[in-house]
Amino acid sequence: MDARAKPDMTEPAVGRALPHDSAHLHVSGRAAYTDDLPEPRNLLHLAVGMSTEAHAEITTLDTTPVLAALGVVAVIDAADIAGENNYGPMVHDDPVFAEGKVEYVGQSLFAVAANTVDAARRAALLANVDYERLPAVLDPEAAVAAESFVLPSESLSRGSPREAIERAEHRLSRRVRCGGQDQFYLEGHIAMALPQEDRGMLVYSSTQHPDEVQTLVAAITNRDAKDVVVVCRRMGGAFGGKESQAALIACIAAIAADRTGQPCKLRLDRDVDMVMTGKRHDFVIDYDVGFDGNGVIEGVDFVLASRCGMSADLSGPVNDRAMFHCDNAYYLDNVHILSHRCKTHTVSNTAFRGFGGPQGMFAIECLIDDVARQLGEDPLTIRQRNLYGLESRNTTHYGQTVADKVLPELLSTLAETSEYTKRRAEVADYNAHSPLLRKGLALTPVKFGISFTSTLLNQAGALVHVYKDGTIQLNHGGTEMGQGLYIKVAQVVADEFGVGVDRVKITAADTSKVPNASATAASSGSDMNGKAAQNAAQKIVGRLREFLARRHGVSEAEIRFAGNEVHVAGERLAFGELVRMAWAERISLSATGYYKTPKIHYDRATFSGRPFFYYAYGAAVSEVIVDTLTGEHRLTRVDILHDCGDSLNPAVDLGQVEGGFIQGVGWLTSEELCWDSGGRLTTHAPSTYKIPTSSDVPVDFRVTLCEGLANREDTIYRSKAVGEPPLMLALSAFLAIRDALATDENPHPPLDAPATPEAVLKAWQGGFL
Amino acid sequence: MADVGCIRFVLDGETVELESVDPTRTVLQYLREDRNLCGTKEGCAEGDCGACTVVLIEPGARDAELNVRAVNACIQFLATLDGKELVTVEGLCRPGEPLHPVQQAMVEAHGSQCGFCTPGFVMSLFALYKTQTEPSRTAIDDALAGNLCRCTGYRPIVEAAKRMYELNGSGWLGTAGSAGGSEHRYRQLKSLEHDDDIALGDGQRRFFAPASSESLAALLDAHPQATLLAGGTDVGLWVTKQYRDLDPVIYLGRIRELKEVAATDDGLSIGAAASMTDVVPALLEHYPGLDELFRRWASPPIRNAATLVGNIANGSPIGDSMPALMAAGTELVLRSREGRRRIAMEDFYLGYQEKDLKPGEFVERVIVSLPAAGSLLRSYKISKRFDQDITAVCLGASVRVENNRLFDVRLAYGGMAATVSRARGAETALEGQPLEAASFDAAMDAVEADFTPLSDMRASADYRRVVSRNLLRRLFLDITAFETGAKPAGVYAYGRTG
Repeated sequence: MDARAKPDMTEPAVGRALPHDSAHLHVSGRAAYTDDLPEPRNLLHLAVGMSTEAHAEITTLDTTPVLAALGVVAVIDAADIAGENNYGPMVHDDPVFAEGKVEYVGQSLFAVAANTVDAARRAALLANVDYERLPAVLDPEAAVAAESFVLPSESLSRGSPREAIERAEHRLSRRVRCGGQDQFYLEGHIAMALPQEDRGMLVYSSTQHPDEVQTLVAAITNRDAKDVVVVCRRMGGAFGGKESQAALIACIAAIAADRTGQPCKLRLDRDVDMVMTGKRHDFVIDYDVGFDGNGVIEGVDFVLASRCGMSADLSGPVNDRAMFHCDNAYYLDNVHILSHRCKTHTVSNTAFRGFGGPQGMFAIECLIDDVARQLGEDPLTIRQRNLYGLESRNTTHYGQTVADKVLPELLSTLAETSEYTKRRAEVADYNAHSPLLRKGLALTPVKFGISFTSTLLNQAGALVHVYKDGTIQLNHGGTEMGQGLYIKVAQVVADEFGVGVDRVKITAADTSKVPNASATAASSGSDMNGKAAQNAAQKIVGRLREFLARRHGVSEAEIRFAGNEVHVAGERLAFGELVRMAWAERISLSATGYYKTPKIHYDRATFSGRPFFYYAYGAAVSEVIVDTLTGEHRLTRVDILHDCGDSLNPAVDLGQVEGGFIQGVGWLTSEELCWDSGGRLTTHAPSTYKIPTSSDVPVDFRVTLCEGLANREDTIYRSKAVGEPPLMLALSAFLAIRDALATDENPHPPLDAPATPEAVLKAWQGGFL
Repeated sequence: MADVGCIRFVLDGETVELESVDPTRTVLQYLREDRNLCGTKEGCAEGDCGACTVVLIEPGARDAELNVRAVNACIQFLATLDGKELVTVEGLCRPGEPLHPVQQAMVEAHGSQCGFCTPGFVMSLFALYKTQTEPSRTAIDDALAGNLCRCTGYRPIVEAAKRMYELNGSGWLGTAGSAGGSEHRYRQLKSLEHDDDIALGDGQRRFFAPASSESLAALLDAHPQATLLAGGTDVGLWVTKQYRDLDPVIYLGRIRELKEVAATDDGLSIGAAASMTDVVPALLEHYPGLDELFRRWASPPIRNAATLVGNIANGSPIGDSMPALMAAGTELVLRSREGRRRIAMEDFYLGYQEKDLKPGEFVERVIVSLPAAGSLLRSYKISKRFDQDITAVCLGASVRVENNRLFDVRLAYGGMAATVSRARGAETALEGQPLEAASFDAAMDAVEADFTPLSDMRASADYRRVVSRNLLRRLFLDITAFETGAKPAGVYAYGRTG
């Protein structure tokens, strides 16, 4: 086939590996991100003055020198806020500008509006700020000791864990840690606010949640929601980092625009972005487990403590999800989980792909590894013995039945195709003969719950217009951050009308088109927006069918939409022609669509119910080589088998699996967030914070999507969500490193994540003393 | 000879002449703000993410040859473009034209997701497309070492790097390889060349680009507070991150004699304006053992701009060139209006950011000793990431093995003290000793007394201490492996091809 052949636009689109809708724009530099939009006349550029103390009273905040600086037009602080000084989405504990005290280094004190970006940023450094230092809590362990929490601790219990642990033949208890992670979207936070006539405010925001930006901008500038429009065509990556905290940037831009009456743009410099905005929560995890001689877990007690930072942000649901995923794929008969949501005087941590799930799975996968090594068994064997059962032992600790029967077979298939057993022997043999370099191998599964745990968020809207020439505009509440949501939903809509995707124009997320939309998060984008858009399209198609049936005197079932045509009573009619006829007959060619996820219910008070519509699955085998002189390591081979249900677009889904895996590898190996004793982040730019590069991707990287595995639930074309789950496949890479370090003398190498060369060497030597 | 008061360069085919230029305005600011060419993105403004990658084309050393090199627009100053052609992502395909093979391959391989890093990848791939025709996976990884992608996991981008050669483009830009072969381009660029000094500014701050070392000495004498600019890969950050006002800026990049890399009786003489990309092949010719070090030395866009002398003169304790070159034996030639003097690299560094450099004096060139018969030079860089990372600990080691004994042992460490410095105790422990593990055990103990390292975000003092020891063990293994032809020590020989 000619490599340049254009996809055939008369074939159905769903299930095809179509390129990202913006691919041709991305590669030619013509895809417009917020900072690329034409700048309006009189635009002011903003910069933020930030706290240099982790916890302190502000005794003086003198911005006179800021205002006097060259090019500065205005200085904006808390006094300029017409409404409530808060951008906290759930708990109102996130001031846009600090008032009275600061609670992290990097907290916004004021903003400068100037004629150029450079003038604003230079001026922001000129304020005279005096502080009276207060004691600062800088890590989760200190927070637990001080009982410093942003939200009450939560616990979840089933059976009699204490008794089961004490009764068990074997028992282990350990503390493990996993680090946080910066989202490191390539496009930093940005928003541009433009005052409109009659109190209107138009905000271009790089956000996963335009509705929330609208709500908060309205509240903070003392407007109604009807006065505020938020638009986002695309983000240059988000990964959760632009779910709640994009609102801070948008609110500052809106306050400045409101105050000056001029359009205002705030684009964070990379270092400022990393210092000022939240990341993945780092966790300290204690576990106490009892198990039998076969390694079957009889009772387990987890204590999770996470760094939430100075405010609640999304830490409640993040930590809830960590509690839900402490089982990963394993049946825990008797279990107790205590979750501390630690308040620290560091930046408020937020959503990041996986949303607590990765940390919960980290806990149980380390635990399983320890159980296996304690018994001298292969960890894969112990994993398989503890998997959820097909008929019994299949209820989660929060009461949801694991009804799919996907994982046992998926695991054995992957073990076979990756030649796990043979390679296990080869690794053992290599290590027996290699004094300094050691190899390691690990296979880990993923079971990830799909739906927002807050049931009410599981709703979506869409808007579809058909124009007289037979082309279509599509809008829905979902945002595009690179995950391919827009092309997937367009494929769904195109197939409803039987037209090529090239006839469907995908338009920017816009609060004036679809209201009250949930964040594009929780991997739910395609599931929910796909269904909502399908619903809208079906309404219009229904009207067209009815019209045609009437006109031709046939039943609606005899009418078929395909190949840009309509087949009716032996005739073929161009779709555009039908549309013109329908218009002439005064038939509405526009419709809204709506979807709410069925079957889910969940009682937060008891942590029980069915929070998830279904589970997405996958498994990975990683092999590594480690240098025990330096702790350096390489990922030499990775095999992945992942369940996307019946994929809407296998190319997009493959991209999510590969990209998620590598991002997870970064979290667990090279990406290290370091804070100094004053609570200052010292890794705040790519020079010091190291996400994976091309060389870190194994040359031998075999990724397969499960074939013919339709979702048992009625999702859009029986597909499965794929945004978050693959990230957790990377636990195999971490555990492979741990495997390489484990010896008969030292079966439980005390390796914490991220497994930097230093962490690896330290675990190998059992410390540096 | 009158100074020329303008710069001239080619932007996507069109000649641009600028008379008023802010000396520290970056190419990225110019493209996005002055030319509305917003395809080039800012991801970090420090040359570490590659979202701003553009390509510079310059006449090469040989007739009709063109050097096609990716650089980071975010820290490249506009005024340094004089005499060059700047190619942006928009320049690879005009509106209405078919995509360039690199762009088309990226679409077909699903190489973009959010798309923000994509223009930078396209430009790095374009530079690869023009300079190599059958790159191995390792060569592709190396070409992409300065570009971060957070979405794809890179596999599809690597695939695009293979697929781009299967597609046909049009014109010189669309033809793979053939770094030469565009007479028109070569002539266009040659027509911009002149031997006059350039002096301009924006009415407030001044920019000088002298054409000779002599002019440079005179300028520096007249403006001792001037900032010397070569590759700008550090100076750029003084502006983008520290908002420093630099005035005047004196750019070395037009001084032909300072671009020279030549083998002399003294050793390899490397001028202050020679980029790493031009220096590395010459160094590797004599010291093939430094291959991995230089592969991992920053990234191609940085190496294309940065100079070896800049790295040395900057004097960072974690500069990656110095341990190896100090071990090899390197002298600096310092020049001022008064004349020249030579100084050994280890004597040049007096303390943290303190150098034996007088006002009006600059490092004109360095002279790296050539290897003695039977000697071997190795350098090991330890960092969190393989590519484009800053050193936690770096060892440069030179030894000569004769009759199974070690002689002329020179060990230099980076990341262990306020400057890159020799490990004298460990050197003494090894000198004249037999090539066996016990000798190195003694050196490992000795090196602990040589340094008192610090803790920072790159590594703890303890880790640095242990690794500084263990790297001597690796050195022993490597010398042995060299003698037996075995695989080099360390993990980087694994999981890479080509």
